[in-house]
Amino acid sequence: MFDDFFIRALVAGLGVAFVTGPLGCFVIWRRLSYFGDTLAHSALLGVTLAYSFEINIAFSVFIISSLIALILIQLQKRTNLPGDALLGLLAHSSLAVGLVVIGFLTFIRFDIMGLLFGDILAVTVDDLLIIWIGGALILLVLKLIWKPLFASTVNYELAEAEGLNPDRAKAIFTILMAGIIAISIKMVGLLLITGMLIIPAAMARNISDSPQKMVVYSIIGGLLSVIIGLFSSLEFNTSSGPSIIAAALFLFILSLLNIKQSIKLKN
Amino acid sequence: MSSNNNILVKLNNAGYQHNNKWLVKGVSLSVEKGKIVTLIGPNGSGKSTTAKIALGIYKKIDGEVEKYTNKVGYVPQKISIDWTLPLRVHDFMLLTENLDDEAINKALSLTGVIHLKDKNLGNLSGGEFQRVLLARAISKKPELLVLDEPVQGVDFTGEIALYELIKKISDELNCGILLISHDLHTVMSATDHVVCLNGHVCCSGSPIDVARNNEYKALFGEQASQILTRYEHKHDHEHSNDGSIKKN
Repeated sequence: MFDDFFIRALVAGLGVAFVTGPLGCFVIWRRLSYFGDTLAHSALLGVTLAYSFEINIAFSVFIISSLIALILIQLQKRTNLPGDALLGLLAHSSLAVGLVVIGFLTFIRFDIMGLLFGDILAVTVDDLLIIWIGGALILLVLKLIWKPLFASTVNYELAEAEGLNPDRAKAIFTILMAGIIAISIKMVGLLLITGMLIIPAAMARNISDSPQKMVVYSIIGGLLSVIIGLFSSLEFNTSSGPSIIAAALFLFILSLLNIKQSIKLKN
Repeated sequence: MSSNNNILVKLNNAGYQHNNKWLVKGVSLSVEKGKIVTLIGPNGSGKSTTAKIALGIYKKIDGEVEKYTNKVGYVPQKISIDWTLPLRVHDFMLLTENLDDEAINKALSLTGVIHLKDKNLGNLSGGEFQRVLLARAISKKPELLVLDEPVQGVDFTGEIALYELIKKISDELNCGILLISHDLHTVMSATDHVVCLNGHVCCSGSPIDVARNNEYKALFGEQASQILTRYEHKHDHEHSNDGSIKKN
């Protein structure tokens, strides 16, 4: 009925959605949208290095993204520039450097559009393994650091005072962000990964009254976005990434109706 | 001071500076099991800073902190909850500790806010939120309670009830309490040890000692001194209208 590549893309996308759901909630709660963007932009550099040295793309993206996160933390400590300026600086310079490096690698043909917006045709069985095993690992670690991470998201000093070690949780969370970007870059593309993180979570925020519910709805929203997005991508022959994100946007708009209702109920 | 194993947290000549300005300097104090230590002092005198040093929130400090417990409950002076977090009172109670429903209900009942359990944290009034903060801090049965102006914004009758509750908790759980308060009246009756801060320890001791201290008088005025001493005056008798002691 469907071609193998489509089944692979679907399995890959659903795997990604399971992980972006809960991570996306933290991205919203901790106001990290632009941080996610910066890591994603730096992924291009990771991809070019993967091609240059013939190493696994997910692995090399993970390393570069973690490195950029480290550099960001150092810059925050050592300069007086505001956080958003530093994020912009790193995002655009790593994207630019990535593109320049691509210019030098004339012996390889790059599918730039695929890198930026995702390419379902490119998903291999190996990628599926990376997504599902890597994704399961990310979720496991997130479950382990949930308490300190969540507590410090609500209030850092409370978490610190009551012995939860929020700094460690934050550092681990940064690594998890690099991880999700590494495993989802082929599916969604580096320009749209943050969309996959925040749009389903934003949709979930509109319809939930507790953190647990928001995580569950965010996962469901992500899964639906992948299914709707990929089928329409097949139907209309559009890129996978934008189709998935457009589907997520559609769900977000639907969730706005719920807000209107609940505001009416309150009044 | 001889070391004893009742001590929960001890500050030795501790200080903290931020942007090359000392927020507080040379503070020595210790909180013991079952005792209430109160920090008083004008605005900006370093009360909250001292509490944060004791809690280990500030790490790059001068002097030393010895902390002998990890079971800590904290009510911060300022806390802002973000609307991006859908958080009910019930979720907030579970923030740092896994509690069963019974423990949650008990703590919320003690501070008089059990009816708010399923409400969104963002919809509470200042006083209600303060009661929830206190409930959360005591629900985990801490060994050390640090309360930074725990009754701010609470109505007058509630304030008295909450201070009584704090005293009761200190007895029941045998936990040490580091309390920061502006309200000299209500606090002093329960306090074991008072530390008066003004960027440094200006004086410390039992409430009566502090009240008689000249530096304290200079800082707070004669009237405040009278408030403190009044509580040292134990009423085991009644007065007649002319002030003489009534004979029973």
